Amino acid sequence: MPDKSENANGNTASPKGELEIRNIEKIFRIPGCEATMALKDCSLTVERGKLTVLVGPSGCGKTTLANIIAGYDTPTSGQVMLDGTPTRSASPDRIMVFQETALWPWMTVKKNVTFGPSVIGGITQSEAEKKAMGLLEKVGLVEFSDNYPAQLSGGMQRRAELCRALLMEPKVMILDEPFRGLDVMTRELMQEYLLKLYGETGLTMFFITSEIDEALFLADRIMVMTQLPGTIKTIVEVDLPRPREFSVTASEAYAKHKAKVMDSLYEEGLKSFGQLEGGGRECTYNPAVTS
Amino acid sequence: MAISVAAKKPPVAVLRFKKIFKDKGKLRGFIAVMGFFLLWQAGSMGLFPFMKAIPTPVIVIQVFWDFLYQPVYWQSWMESFLRVAYGFIAAQIIGIPLGLGMGWNRNFKDFTYPLFELMRPIPPLAWVPVSILFWPTNETSIAFITFIGAFFTIVLNVLGGVSSIPKELVNSAVSFGASPRQIFWRIVLPATIPSIATGMMVGIGITWNVVIAAEMIAGNAGLGRLTWEAYLAGHTAGIIVGMVSIGVAGFVSSYAVKIISDWLMPWKKIF
Repeated sequence: MPDKSENANGNTASPKGELEIRNIEKIFRIPGCEATMALKDCSLTVERGKLTVLVGPSGCGKTTLANIIAGYDTPTSGQVMLDGTPTRSASPDRIMVFQETALWPWMTVKKNVTFGPSVIGGITQSEAEKKAMGLLEKVGLVEFSDNYPAQLSGGMQRRAELCRALLMEPKVMILDEPFRGLDVMTRELMQEYLLKLYGETGLTMFFITSEIDEALFLADRIMVMTQLPGTIKTIVEVDLPRPREFSVTASEAYAKHKAKVMDSLYEEGLKSFGQLEGGGRECTYNPAVTS
Repeated sequence: MAISVAAKKPPVAVLRFKKIFKDKGKLRGFIAVMGFFLLWQAGSMGLFPFMKAIPTPVIVIQVFWDFLYQPVYWQSWMESFLRVAYGFIAAQIIGIPLGLGMGWNRNFKDFTYPLFELMRPIPPLAWVPVSILFWPTNETSIAFITFIGAFFTIVLNVLGGVSSIPKELVNSAVSFGASPRQIFWRIVLPATIPSIATGMMVGIGITWNVVIAAEMIAGNAGLGRLTWEAYLAGHTAGIIVGMVSIGVAGFVSSYAVKIISDWLMPWKKIF
């Protein structure tokens, strides 16, 4: 238990971790269906303290990969290494922010955010609450700390969830399309909030999205994923200056990076519509499935 | 733009009436209820031949008034309420943990679910003869039958509630370092409360159905028995008083259950 509490304490030397995914393969076998290979020979590195974004067409295995990294699912083969050691089940060093809100509806915002420390101990409840209020203040939610999640708007729920994850100071924070379903304005604001929090904490972040602009605005490095079975196709280093503002999206460098990602992603998008060879779908004949 | 209107105000009673029935929906409901009583009155007075044995609402109200002064009437309330309470509470105490266990532990469900599904289709009233053989007194037999009525519903609801907890809610708790015990008490149990509340709501309704029927068959007291004895005595107004009383009793119980469920789920009644 003490190794767990150190995260909540924040008294370890550096909370930032480096994540390495080695040759992961994931095959789903559903009775009555052809086995589907969701991930094939998927390798990538999420560098320490960097914001790495994974972009890919929908249904390419992004969430599967996120679940494997978080420890909710196991790969058929391959390994997830955190700071050089293989990861096992889910633990507070890899916190995931989900697509749909995963705040516990029966807990107030404050109780949600302090849930981690309350179960693993290490710091007192009042210390945890102090930390929680500090984080909530940064995202403008202090006055909603005693409200239930259902009383909050979608964007506020997402912010509360970011605070809940950040309080744990995870070695890697996994964000699986966290801003999906928000309207454009809220989404842009959320991206700015995230960058602000990233700038302040410098945590290692692994952000998954299907939106190119979101990826470009946030990322240090973009990884483009192929259609099913998913693997990394292209890596684009995004050297846009930080702190970033929305004006950056009008710059030439941005356009150049965007074109690069677009090209790569467009090809995969076509495959998913079956217009190019190799477009695999669940429950249909998939030439990639060998076993 | 200010125009002063110096119209004469109508009397207070009219104003109050207008205020209540400003809501068209309420007015319609009021008309329907009044229409029902008028038709009943007219029907009993000879408009509908099939209703000639039924006393008019005016007589029923007079008889009802007399009932209120008889100790046996209130005793019937007490008897029925206690039977419902015993059966219902026992069903919650046994049913909620059973449903939670079935939803939480795969092995436990494998053992219990087939047997549960085998017993569930048997209607509570089909248990009456066996129940009389099982239990030493009529009282326990009836309480047992009401227990059966609420039991299957609550178990099924709790089991469904546990099974439909969004995976993310449990997964994220694991990530945050919660132990299986903490996940059960702090995530699974509160997430199931809405289903428990639904089970209780449906269960209380079934319990009243069952207790009335059981009293008519095997009871010696209670609102069901009161109604049945009024029938045997050819006291038609008494039958209707019994029916109305059962309706009120069911309503009061449902309301009590609703208050309990609201209290259990502060996060649900927030707007």
